[in-house]
Amino acid sequence: MRNPIIEFRQVEYQISTISSQPILSVVSLQIHRGETIALLGRSGSGKTTLLKLINGLRRATSGHVLVQGRDVRDWDIIRLRRGVGYVIQETGLFPHLTVRENVCLVPQLENWPSDRISARYVEVLQSVGLSPSLYSQRYPRELSGGQRQRVGVARALAGDPEILLMDEPFGALDPVTRAQLQREFLTLSRDLAKTVVFVTHDVREALLLGSRVILLDSGRMVAEATPQEFVRLTHPIAREFLAAAELATGAPA
Amino acid sequence: MNALQFMLSHRSEVLAATREHLILVLISMAIASMIGVPLGMVIVGHPRLRVVALAIASVMQTIPSLALFGFLIPLPLIGGIGAHTAIVALVLYALLPILRNTYVGLTSVDPSILEAAEGMGMTEYQILFRVRLPLASSVIMAGIRTAAVITIGVATIAAAIGAGGLGTFIFRGVAMVSDAVILAGAIPAAILALLADFILGLVERRLRVV
Repeated sequence: MRNPIIEFRQVEYQISTISSQPILSVVSLQIHRGETIALLGRSGSGKTTLLKLINGLRRATSGHVLVQGRDVRDWDIIRLRRGVGYVIQETGLFPHLTVRENVCLVPQLENWPSDRISARYVEVLQSVGLSPSLYSQRYPRELSGGQRQRVGVARALAGDPEILLMDEPFGALDPVTRAQLQREFLTLSRDLAKTVVFVTHDVREALLLGSRVILLDSGRMVAEATPQEFVRLTHPIAREFLAAAELATGAPA
Repeated sequence: MNALQFMLSHRSEVLAATREHLILVLISMAIASMIGVPLGMVIVGHPRLRVVALAIASVMQTIPSLALFGFLIPLPLIGGIGAHTAIVALVLYALLPILRNTYVGLTSVDPSILEAAEGMGMTEYQILFRVRLPLASSVIMAGIRTAAVITIGVATIAAAIGAGGLGTFIFRGVAMVSDAVILAGAIPAAILALLADFILGLVERRLRVV
């Protein structure tokens, strides 16, 4: 049995011990190298919290979160985060830095030699479909939503992390751009062979991009399935998601 | 004799006083910025110190300027007659806008940007210097601009404790009941204030992101 790259053992998370309703209750989950995990759920289901437990932006109230076999509590948190790419909605780019400065931030903090940084910048920008020279001096405000999101992905990939965390990466985009970026991401994630965990409330996105879908509801994991299995799930929450998607599109996913 | 004639006939005196005034203001602003900006950075992480520092700076602003100069005269080391006492008072006045704007600027950075920085593995120190401070710079500069305009005005009163500057003409004019002499101090002071406001406003706009 290979070791999971990320593991949740009986993890619970609550903001204060007084409130009875935990944000996450008893989640156990193993994620293996190369998987693309979709954390699917409605707002407030705890999916973003689950994601943030991996890079230590949130700390488990009880239980253990292990990354590469080591408890997040025992990691040097800065080291851990530099090795885990993090993509959030387009607002996460630094508005005072150019595209190049945004993308090269982690390699620069890691004191890479400048020729290696330059090479890496070209490499990651090309991998997200942007011209390295055209965009290097532009500021985030000069980009479209889709371009910003590509830069966000490039920035997360720049430090060559083994794990990529994405919090509703395509959420703020128009449907056409979103579909395009989803397709590109699918190709990209196959090429890169990284472990990806992403959060979404869009069941179609979860089924399209995820190699495994984790369904969360009110802080609990209610289902875990491959996309093929997911469409046949009988759990009421899963049915609700599927039904809503069919209603929205007029055709089954 | 009207003010213009007076200024022309005493132009070397007016220029010298303007230079004195400007030096008083520049030294005071430099010191106030060197205290206010770092202190503003420190109080972001220290709520108790924040309350005390902002309270003291606010109280300073409420003391009438002539009284503040008066209070300082009998104090050892920082007190007495002359420019150095005036600088102490001007620094105390300039501190609040700089301190407050630094604090507000640093704490009003979009939380999602700060979380992205944290999630990327930036240390607290790196987040402060590479994210918060650059994004707060135009707000900090607005505080410095406000402080500069206040300081140019208040510095005219420094003449009362022998610090020189454009206030010399104003006090002399009051004593002589001569509008022309008062204006010889007041007009250059007003021009300085407008210029400072304009130039620092340009800097502020340049620093503004988005």
